[in-house]
Amino acid sequence: MFEVLSYGPNGFGDELLQGAWLTIQLAVVSLLFGLVMGLLTAAAKLSRNHVARFFAGVYTTLIRGIPEMLVVLVVYFGGSQLLRLMLDFFGDRGYVEISAFAAGVLALGLVFGAFSSEVFRGAFLAVPKGQVEAGIACGMAPRQVFFRIRMPQMWRFAIPGLGNLWMVLLKDTSLVSVVALDELLRWSKVAAETTSRPFTFYIAAAVIYLFFTIISDVGRHYAEKRANRGVRMA
Amino acid sequence: MFCDVVAAIGPEHAGRFCSRFVDGTWVTIKLLIESSIVGLMIAVPMALARVSHSRVLSGVSYAYIYVFRGTPLLVQLFIIYYGLAQFQAVRESVVWIVLRDAYWCGLITLTLNTSAYVAEILRGGIRAVPHGEVEAARACGMSTALTYRRLILPMAFRIAWPAYGNEVILLLKGSALVSTITVFDLMGVTRTIFSRTYSLDIFVYAGFIYFAITFVLTGLFRAAEYRLNRHMRDRPRTAAVLRPGVGSQG
Repeated sequence: MFEVLSYGPNGFGDELLQGAWLTIQLAVVSLLFGLVMGLLTAAAKLSRNHVARFFAGVYTTLIRGIPEMLVVLVVYFGGSQLLRLMLDFFGDRGYVEISAFAAGVLALGLVFGAFSSEVFRGAFLAVPKGQVEAGIACGMAPRQVFFRIRMPQMWRFAIPGLGNLWMVLLKDTSLVSVVALDELLRWSKVAAETTSRPFTFYIAAAVIYLFFTIISDVGRHYAEKRANRGVRMA
Repeated sequence: MFCDVVAAIGPEHAGRFCSRFVDGTWVTIKLLIESSIVGLMIAVPMALARVSHSRVLSGVSYAYIYVFRGTPLLVQLFIIYYGLAQFQAVRESVVWIVLRDAYWCGLITLTLNTSAYVAEILRGGIRAVPHGEVEAARACGMSTALTYRRLILPMAFRIAWPAYGNEVILLLKGSALVSTITVFDLMGVTRTIFSRTYSLDIFVYAGFIYFAITFVLTGLFRAAEYRLNRHMRDRPRTAAVLRPGVGSQG
């Protein structure tokens, strides 16, 4: 049974690892995009501008209310159609597609952004207001108050929530296999169908995902410890 | 009949595919109800095992919960639907009647998956029960089983209710994945129709329906939360004192 999992031309081991590497890449890039979206949306939700609050609310309610798979499919097919529309407008009638990786990053980033905006909003609200007031009393400009006082302290409250969302993101990368991205689950499927050993390969994929989960758990533990350094706990 | 109305007043594709959407929605709702109820039935003993003092029980349930929460639902679906079919022993046994069918495989996977998440949520609820109340129960001479039945579990549920409602919504969104193992739930119907028409409208209708179900579920859970916490609400007398004019009798 283990020969099919081996490295090299006889086994699918190297293809699985290749898929796992693409999974990690997809997850990390989506995380970066999602963090940016989340911070911007949280800022919009906390702002005094009604319009910004409204659009941020629509965005988060929409994305949180529909399945992630639907978001992936809409971004993939819709993105391609949008690109074609835009090219049509400029006169080029060729066939263009959005890459599965880009669609995955966009979709997963949008989902992560919607959920993380709530985490960031709560985290910003949890920073003791007295510190902000003290900063203003010392004559700091609003920008300085934000970058020196609010943002560094916000992370301490945000990390548990973000850690959970990262785990969900890692697992949601498997959804992008549906639009034919050659990440881990897709390679497992190809291997399973080629060798007629679905159990072996899907269990192998599960083990690799579990491994990523364990590593993320450890990473999150250290991130929380570092973020809470110097804080006296109850 | 409903679909005739939709066909008359709705946009182009809605009328044509309405009946298929209705069928798909019904499958999704069935999946949701069945998997959430059975999942809850599995989750309660699992949570009790997780908080028990026995290392064996605690360890086994921790492993179960970790595996089901740590691997993607899609992988779990594939293992149960495609993976188990690999073994001749399974194909020739009596469980094959069930495991052969995509709907049942999807149902089983969703149930096991949600049971792990709910068990973890319940565990959080159990740990949040104020210890003073448990001590009072002990002092009154209640046995452990009675304490759990009358005090800890009901309180844990009440505390964990918002998180539980959230988990049911996540279950709804996870149910969309059964479309990948050829179950014709709402998502499966949507993808089938899209593969024929390539019209993005189809996804909009599906999104709208998922949204509507989420909205109804959220409303139900909020209403239940209101009723579960009715003993903590202001009584009319108190309300009248705090806010003069409120309440019919003083």
